[in-house]
Amino acid sequence: MCLAVPGQVLEIDRQGEPTMGKVSFGGVKKMICLDWLPEVKVGDYVIVHVGFALSIVDEKEALETIAMFDEMARLAPPDEDVPARPSTGTAS
Amino acid sequence: MKYVDEYRDHALASQYAEQIRRITTQPWHIMEICGGQTHTIVKSGLDQLLPESMTLIHGPGCPVCVTPLETIDRAVSIAGRSDVIFASFGDMLRVPGSTKDLLTVKSEGGDIRIVYSPLDAVAIAQQNPEKRVVFFAVGFETTAPPNAMAVQMARKSGLKNFSILCSHVLVPPAMEFLLSSRENKVQGFLAAGHVCAVTGYEAYDPIASKYRVPIVVTGFEPVDVLQGISMVVRQLEGGRIDVENQYARVVRREGNLPARKLLAETFDVADRPWRGIGIIPNSGFVLKESLAAYDAEKVFDVLHISAQESPLCIAGSVLQGLKKPHDCPAFAKECVPEHPLGAPMVSSEGACAAYYHFRR
Ligand code: SF4
Repeated sequence: MCLAVPGQVLEIDRQGEPTMGKVSFGGVKKMICLDWLPEVKVGDYVIVHVGFALSIVDEKEALETIAMFDEMARLAPPDEDVPARPSTGTAS
Repeated sequence: MKYVDEYRDHALASQYAEQIRRITTQPWHIMEICGGQTHTIVKSGLDQLLPESMTLIHGPGCPVCVTPLETIDRAVSIAGRSDVIFASFGDMLRVPGSTKDLLTVKSEGGDIRIVYSPLDAVAIAQQNPEKRVVFFAVGFETTAPPNAMAVQMARKSGLKNFSILCSHVLVPPAMEFLLSSRENKVQGFLAAGHVCAVTGYEAYDPIASKYRVPIVVTGFEPVDVLQGISMVVRQLEGGRIDVENQYARVVRREGNLPARKLLAETFDVADRPWRGIGIIPNSGFVLKESLAAYDAEKVFDVLHISAQESPLCIAGSVLQGLKKPHDCPAFAKECVPEHPLGAPMVSSEGACAAYYHFRR
């Protein structure tokens, strides 16, 4: 139900109400409500749920998550016991 | 697809699982709240990659599953009227009511339309002024803002023939309800990423500290889920209690402020019955009194309809993580996806259907 998928913003129409835009999901294009993302730009990736964009995907955070995967793989050779260490996630 | 494929990498997933096995020294019980994550876990067999001592408890996070039986009966009653076009997300059509489901109403001639977005339902109302159009507004905090937008658009454009059958539920009160149960086993939570994309995760701080449970906001792809689990395990093993955000590429601490504002303008928080669980205080949204003209339960006078559950179904224990689907005597016998006895067998996000489809 809470399924939401990333798509890339191709066009934004700020004239009407609410703000709508064309978003591409791996080539499939749909009109999506962009009203809750006032700072959205063409080219951004957004997370879309039932026709509404809820959030802009943060490229930097996405790369950091992937970098963290790599780091995990590197830091922990298979037979070494890894003690619990503080997570590198965005702690609150 | 970008931002999807890289989180589905199998080699990476098994490396992560290996990591988790190495840092785990105790038999932790971790609950994923969201049915979408349950689906990922069972489909990708993530639970089988984890240490045997670790138990993943599948939480009540499937809105289809927790929509009360009487709400389904009210939907069936409204959708059967000849003056109504009833619009719904597809997954609600096969949820069994006391006597029938919406799909049966459709086959009997009811005008029921499956829509992708609540805005499609508003458009149907605009195109059919002689009909009364009702949208079945179910879902968690993720789906509530789109449904609120539909109501506000109808109000602004003066649409008189649009209303919603509102059955919105909220995640944090359900977590508190589970944690305060005497039978609670949950020691750490994966919070639902897309719920938090709307609400943010400030509301989880008091829960984490009051009940001493780590909470990690987590995404939906296999690698996201494993990373979320590893973040919970690190906290548990290190004796730390924090709210952390694995899904930082999508979720901001404050969530989506314009969407939250719209929620506050449209809904009040109220006690809400959860199918199989019962009433959870302050766990749902109802339309504000000033928007009563858009509230289908009031417009169609169906509030007197109440209902009884099948005595065989143990969905309540399954949804609270106290039992697994195959502990149910009806599982895969009287109860199968083609003839579901209870809601968790209906939706592919329901724990019973997930276990059935992936042959557990
Ligand atoms: S298997 Fe069917 S009857 Fe048993 S708990 Fe699940 S939905 Fe209910």
